[in-house]
Amino acid sequence: MALALQTKGLVKKFGGLTATNDVSLTVEKGARHALIGPNGAGKTTLINLLSGVQKPTAGRILLEGDDITGLSQHARVRRGMVRTFQINQLFGDLTPLETIGLAVSERNGLGMDWWRVAGSKRALLEEISSVLERFHLADVMNERTAILPYGKQRLLEIAVAIACQPRVLLLDEPAAGVPEDERHEILASIAALPADVTVLLIEHDMDIVFSFAQKISVLVNGGLFVEGLPDDVARDPRVKAVYLGEEAHV
Amino acid sequence: MSSATSSILRRASDSLSARVRWHPLEIIFWIVAFAMIWLMPTRHLIMTEIAWLGLFALSLDLIVGYAGIISLGHAAFFGVGAYVAALLAKHELINEPVLALLVAGLAAMAVGFVTSFLVLRGTDLTRLMVSLGVALMLRELANQFGWLTGGADGLQGVVMQPILGLFRFDMFGHNGFVYCLVVLFVLFLVARRLANSPFGLSLVAIKNNPLRAAAIGIPVDQRLIVIYSIAAFYAGIAGALLAQTTSFASLDVFSFDRSADLLLVLIIGGTGYLYGGLIGAILFKLMQDYLSVLTPQYWPFWIGALLVAMVLIGRDRITAWNAPLRHLAAKLDWRATRRAAAAAAAAEDR
Repeated sequence: MALALQTKGLVKKFGGLTATNDVSLTVEKGARHALIGPNGAGKTTLINLLSGVQKPTAGRILLEGDDITGLSQHARVRRGMVRTFQINQLFGDLTPLETIGLAVSERNGLGMDWWRVAGSKRALLEEISSVLERFHLADVMNERTAILPYGKQRLLEIAVAIACQPRVLLLDEPAAGVPEDERHEILASIAALPADVTVLLIEHDMDIVFSFAQKISVLVNGGLFVEGLPDDVARDPRVKAVYLGEEAHV
Repeated sequence: MSSATSSILRRASDSLSARVRWHPLEIIFWIVAFAMIWLMPTRHLIMTEIAWLGLFALSLDLIVGYAGIISLGHAAFFGVGAYVAALLAKHELINEPVLALLVAGLAAMAVGFVTSFLVLRGTDLTRLMVSLGVALMLRELANQFGWLTGGADGLQGVVMQPILGLFRFDMFGHNGFVYCLVVLFVLFLVARRLANSPFGLSLVAIKNNPLRAAAIGIPVDQRLIVIYSIAAFYAGIAGALLAQTTSFASLDVFSFDRSADLLLVLIIGGTGYLYGGLIGAILFKLMQDYLSVLTPQYWPFWIGALLVAMVLIGRDRITAWNAPLRHLAAKLDWRATRRAAAAAAAAEDR
């Protein structure tokens, strides 16, 4: 099976602290792969390395076989790897319509087009509308993002990433902070992704992880600890000890 | 396509095209501006100043209001434009003012492009310092190269040729005002187009959240370099207009005061909607004019007092005062009314 994403000996050090310790991860094409681990295990750092927000101290990152370790964030997006953020990172002054419109325009190479009016191309408009509809954002599409309720903002957070039409999607705790009764909208939108889109999910919520993932990697103290099928991981006594056991006490 | 989707599409299309539609107040603004050519011929000299200051402030708005780059050294580009225009005329290199204006703008743009790489590094405070430093350095260079720039005495003996070979710069400033106003209007139209394009949207996105902007595939640095260079072009044109309408350029085109006043002008008018710089320029110049007659020495005191008052009262409450005006504007917006009526009729048909 072809690999969508691969890291080789990835290391990230912040001074004396090793946040990512020799991580060699492989994510297969079309996978539903979850990355779990206790707080401070280095999950978000790993996503930051993959998406190019931070540069690794050592190691390489391969996207569909190509070395992208030296590429900038936006270049990785153009190659089809898109991420979402654990804490919403949105454009407060723009409306959801403008936000999605911007992402779609950029992907179609209109970002430097300074003459055409935003959204004047029919095909783009159709795409924008369909994303707004799928993520239940149509009713608030003309509201400023900053004043949207949290649940809508969270949907927009995911919708912007989808509007970039990723082939590899990195989801950093998509349901973080979303109340129980609003979760299904977000989870349904993730479940509805085309099967050929590779998804790497970081999540704390074990219900989500086990309902979604076909494969689970456990990260502890910056290093890969255990990797395997969900049932195997759930049964693994070492995982229970460092992670699930800890959860059970809470 | 389902009917729900097509209705969303229609609404999306309407909202996006509404962004670029001319508001009645905008049309009135420009009609009044052009009417000034005939309405107040004796005040053309101060209106000329308003026109180039408005253009200068518009240029700052492009980087502050859209891209979120704060600058305390925008006079650098204004100064380059002014000196280039004055030198071109003095040495009779390019005699036609419009062409010289363009060259002056491009020269300022080149300086803007080169210095953009310095300004991009770092955050707000670093940017303030770097932009300030660049302007100070250029001022000192102009001072040192006295053989070229006239040094502290300024560049004298500039004789302007007629605009397009047809219109002389008369001593009452009539043609000069029309010239500045037309240049301002044309560059405003370009800026308005730019602000509503995908490029303009991407700038606001970068200003709001550069991290996410990069994460949806926007090359952040590249966009900032482009807008910084464009803003420098605008500032250079503004400086060149000053030099051409006064036939003079001196070191104060680079001065810190000029950059700081400019920020004031923009704050008075408001950032991020293009008209802020123009309205700020009108208010600032008229206030300066009025107060300097009233109290020749102390007018900056009143400008300062006004600024403090504005900040304390808050922009929100000031905009609340003109709510009736906006209500009137909404009534005037006959196109919206017509569209609503058509939609209602269509709904009844169904």
